[in-house]
Amino acid sequence: MLNPKAELSTKIFQKDIDMIPNRQGYGEGLVIAGEKDERVVVLCADLTESTRSILFKEKFPDRFIEVGVAEQALATLAAGMANYGKIPFISSYAAFSPGRNWEQIRTTIALNDVPVKIAGAHAGLTVGPDGATHQQLEDIAIMRAMPNMIVVAPCDSIEAKKATIEAAKNGKPTYIRFAREKTPVFTTEDTSFKIGRAEILWESENPQVAIIGCGPLVYEALLAAEQLTRMILVNTMVINCHTIKPIDEEMIISAARKCGAIVSVEEHQVNGGLGSAIAEVLTRNYPVPMEYIGMPNSFGESGEPDELLEKYKMKSKDIVEAVKKVIQRKIN
Amino acid sequence: MTIEELQHKANEVRQDIIKMLLEAGSGHSAGPLGMADIFTAFYFEILNHKPEDPNWGDRDRLFLSNGHICPVRYAAMAHAGYFPISELMTLRKLGTRLQGHPERKRLPGVETTSGPLGSGLAQAAGYAYASRMDNKRFRVYCVCSDGEHDAGNHWEAVLFAGKNNLNNLTAIVDRNNIQIDGHTEDVMPLEPLDEKYKAFNWHVLHVDGHNIEEVIDAANHAKAVYENPTVIIAHTIPGKGVDYMENDPKWHGAVPGVADIPGEPPKGKQAQIALHELRTLGGKIRGEHE
Ligand SMILES: Cc1ncc(C[n+]2csc(CCOP(=O)(O)OP(=O)(O)O)c2C)c(N)n1
Ligand SMILES: [Mg+2]
Repeated sequence: MLNPKAELSTKIFQKDIDMIPNRQGYGEGLVIAGEKDERVVVLCADLTESTRSILFKEKFPDRFIEVGVAEQALATLAAGMANYGKIPFISSYAAFSPGRNWEQIRTTIALNDVPVKIAGAHAGLTVGPDGATHQQLEDIAIMRAMPNMIVVAPCDSIEAKKATIEAAKNGKPTYIRFAREKTPVFTTEDTSFKIGRAEILWESENPQVAIIGCGPLVYEALLAAEQLTRMILVNTMVINCHTIKPIDEEMIISAARKCGAIVSVEEHQVNGGLGSAIAEVLTRNYPVPMEYIGMPNSFGESGEPDELLEKYKMKSKDIVEAVKKVIQRKIN
Repeated sequence: MTIEELQHKANEVRQDIIKMLLEAGSGHSAGPLGMADIFTAFYFEILNHKPEDPNWGDRDRLFLSNGHICPVRYAAMAHAGYFPISELMTLRKLGTRLQGHPERKRLPGVETTSGPLGSGLAQAAGYAYASRMDNKRFRVYCVCSDGEHDAGNHWEAVLFAGKNNLNNLTAIVDRNNIQIDGHTEDVMPLEPLDEKYKAFNWHVLHVDGHNIEEVIDAANHAKAVYENPTVIIAHTIPGKGVDYMENDPKWHGAVPGVADIPGEPPKGKQAQIALHELRTLGGKIRGEHE
């Protein structure tokens, strides 16, 4: 059942649940962060409207900086500004930032350890018709491999707003990943959020599998858990692991002890993503069988977002299948 | 083909672009419409190629760096005989060879994958350099956008091609003065663009990108330049041929039929108005299929 302490939306399993792209939460979070701290500045690379940086630009035109289609400069200009004492957020699509400017981020932001906040919009498969070039599915892997970098993938627009506001205050290099599509808003302002701490959203009695996800697909995980309970098949728990780095080791180990099997869920390559981060924790501490929902070492392609999630098996029914499979492995 | 026939062909290409985008429901309108005359000139006059044998070894290579304008390339390729015109309607759909941004491994003839801006000219320069090592005779062309000139990778390639006198390389710049956040001179000024290329050891030509004769002449001129790579700065009108789209950055990444946009025709009429204008050449002639 839903964890009452998580204070999730009362409309969570209803058809009329609010649908908002989580990048909108980024834009709203920027305005709040900008109001709280005048050191906050926003740089953008010719994508002001679609990254929702426009909300900040309208409110604080003097603290908004357009750099043109130049993601390497975007990262390095921001590194310079952060070194000076500003708190820069840099906005682009994840395909280009951190896709194009990874080394600049590594050396001038992470190794320098200056508080630049990298916002990667339009991440994941659900950019849809734009095709493989724009479907960033490796960003979690390349960003979490980097020392000093914090990596967050918010599950909905409210969480995205909270992550943005908190990132402005954390004094650290931080990557936040957003998606393009409208997705269900299933957390609320009262849902607790802290970078680095995973949250239990669903827990049935004697759970046998823990489903651990990040990003908007956490909603699919909840649908799967609800379905598995309703059909009296398997009791599960669902954990929103929005922070991939530093990962909440304690929560993962305790879920492994309690359930004895894990399914990871992410809109990202299986190689090197959230699932890999979980597996690293498990193999060192408490190994249990694990299945991975994510991109199977393949590039994406053009198609409608939902068609692609179906094709690459990231829907709730695929999570249900993964749960059944991991249980079999646990028994055998 | 005569110039008049080429103009007629370019108009058909534009009509197909509108139909493709309407069917796809997403993509880019302004860039593709603005480049229809140039792509028609390439596929029907300038390129030495064999549509029925897209991998023919001696073909001229046409790289497209600003991959988002691929609908114009796909439409011109279909009209030139690379694949059936009916396949154009699969643009951006699951399973299509006509990906939202072009992919080398999916559609023979597109030469490389592009979409992320600023990296096409370097690939074309690398290709031109390698083919010169083997004394190949074909030419390497690369279409780029003006917005791409914000990117360092593009200028790194300009330096390389200039240093190495890549006279087998011709770049064509879609100088339409728009990018996503507005007009290029507001977002990140590029002028004087020609002086920049000259300083980097390139031969520079300017053309009216809607004057097919000028485009063909410039491409021929470039073949005779012995010392340098050539850049053809093609002055184009984004959205060319559809009055309500022309010169308006709003139509960079919008397509007809999807949304009501303030100041624009209602979404249900956008495609119809565009096609009517193209068929009647903006009301100058009676439409053939009205
Ligand atoms: C590296 C990179 N950064 C950002 C983008 C997003 N983007 C797509 S088109 C575009 C505008 C570029 O201007 P231009 O190519 O001149 O556009 P057009 O004239 O066709 O409207 C941008 C920023 C991209 N495709 N690649
Ligand atoms: Mg342009």
